[in-house]
Amino acid sequence: MLTILFDGIAYGMLLFVLACGLAVTLGLMNFVNLAHGAFAMAGGYVTVVLVNNLGVPFFASLPLAFIVSALIGFVFERSLYVHVYRKPHLDQVLFTIGLVFMAVAAVDYVMGSSQVYVRLPDYLQGRFEVFGVGVGRYRLLIIVICGLLTLALQLILSRTRFGARLRAAVDDERVARGLGINVNRVFALTFAVGSGLAGLGGALGIEMLGLDPAFPLKFMIYFLIVVTVGGTSSITGPFIASLLLGIGDVAGKYYVPKLGAFVIYTIMIVVLIWRPHGLFARTAAR
Amino acid sequence: MSAHSTKTVSHHLATRARWHPLEILFWLGAFSTIWLLPGKHLILTEIVILGLFALSLDLILGYAGIISLGHAAFFGFGAYVAGLLGKYEIIGEPFLALIVSGLAASALGFVSSFLVLRGSDLTRLMVTLGVALVLRELANRYSDITGGADGLQGIVINPLFGQFRFDMFGHTSFYYSLGVLFVLFLLARRIVNSPFGLSLRAVKGNPLRASAIGISVNRRLVAVYTLAAGYAGIAGALLTQTQAFASLAYFDFDRSADLLLVLIIGGTGYLYGGLIGAVIFKVMQDYLSTLTPQYWPFWIGLLLVVIVLVGRERMTNWTAPIRSFIDRLDWRMRAARE
Repeated sequence: MLTILFDGIAYGMLLFVLACGLAVTLGLMNFVNLAHGAFAMAGGYVTVVLVNNLGVPFFASLPLAFIVSALIGFVFERSLYVHVYRKPHLDQVLFTIGLVFMAVAAVDYVMGSSQVYVRLPDYLQGRFEVFGVGVGRYRLLIIVICGLLTLALQLILSRTRFGARLRAAVDDERVARGLGINVNRVFALTFAVGSGLAGLGGALGIEMLGLDPAFPLKFMIYFLIVVTVGGTSSITGPFIASLLLGIGDVAGKYYVPKLGAFVIYTIMIVVLIWRPHGLFARTAAR
Repeated sequence: MSAHSTKTVSHHLATRARWHPLEILFWLGAFSTIWLLPGKHLILTEIVILGLFALSLDLILGYAGIISLGHAAFFGFGAYVAGLLGKYEIIGEPFLALIVSGLAASALGFVSSFLVLRGSDLTRLMVTLGVALVLRELANRYSDITGGADGLQGIVINPLFGQFRFDMFGHTSFYYSLGVLFVLFLLARRIVNSPFGLSLRAVKGNPLRASAIGISVNRRLVAVYTLAAGYAGIAGALLTQTQAFASLAYFDFDRSADLLLVLIIGGTGYLYGGLIGAVIFKVMQDYLSTLTPQYWPFWIGLLLVVIVLVGRERMTNWTAPIRSFIDRLDWRMRAARE
């Protein structure tokens, strides 16, 4: 019972790190980015290549996964995404679906279509017991890393000048521009960091979620659930939503395995009918 | 509204509803394939079904402005209903089964239409996607009825109207599908050119203003969503009946995404977009998948990205010179101008 809770929390935290970039980009530019999972996949494959082929230690590969994904995100944002912000939602959806299809086929071509694994160091494998609760070492690591990241994000958002600018831009982009905040630059940076975090999440998630070229399509719905259910006005909303989703999914698969993902989707639809702007959205923000 | 302006409006609507020479040419071309391309009837049947499916998406996207990522839900539902009716021989006659499948999909569309009325574009995306996923899970869960991941097998399709057998070259399938498409197209054409269709365009343009001039926005959306769901269900049922097979893949996200591409290639909001898009898409898919069987989604994706970056309007504007040329040839138009 508690083990399931523990696994669910680890899963949820991982989902949060994967999806928080999406929450910010959606809230900031009202941009529907279905290709977010592609950046996560990029990070995952960077780690696989580094650890398995080049013999880089697992821990050293994580920052590299972050940096490479952030760079890819930055380049794509500046070269392609900027042209699509002002277009209708239909165009954004088409554009990002197109990117996903391209990413899936390209990775398939380069890396092969089978699922890949990463060699974990020995001390991260196995589990130990604390007061009768089975604790997987790797899951504990994920909770620690993701927890620290969440804390850092919250501090950056609430305590730094950049965070204040970002929050101002999310609340009202036009007024923020009027006050002299360079919203485009804030957005480019946020997009890069968000993609980097997704890449890091992808790297951490190889062991838990699995990694194959279809990754962005498989988990797209999960990221979107986190964002729509959590709302986009803060990062606490998506955080709680990802924890709920993680625990719900793990528990659902354990207790009612036959129903599969049915429970999650139904809950999502019900929540969206009940609160179309997310569970934790501030009402009448604009 | 004064009598005079009512007359002007009805005259305007009548002018718009008139058959354009290009349209007549299009359908003559479509029906001539019966004799001209007898060896290609199998793929032509697929094109017709895809065209009908895209037509149904055009009704909600092009005319009502609802973005759906889960339109495959109704396609798959119709397909499974037709398959189950055939397999358990509840309704043996294919045409009757087709109508029942369409009605069943409409009913599902009616129920789920209330889910898409609320919220922003993103919420609608998620809800439509969610409905398709839930249906897929259900079909997977009740595998003793639906066959689960193996698909629905052993479907018995009786001869059409008790007379025409479905042959292995797909001749009967093609005549049947093309006939159904044509009838449904006529119906859709009638509907979008009616005052109801005009009010849908108003809703798409600006829901707030539309409701201010007395259009009940939600009712219109429910009505068109129900209609489109029925069309998609019939398309799915046609596929099941012509293939004698239904699979979980019919509910897949890929199918809804491909469908968007089909419609975008042809252009939205004039009914022919889906049909033209279906022809281009299938020919392209056929060509690309023989070239690179595994990687053809890459080219599909590239096409989507390019279409958006170039601009959808500009992509479909290349036909404008041809259209204006035909217009100049059209004597009725000239009479109307003078």
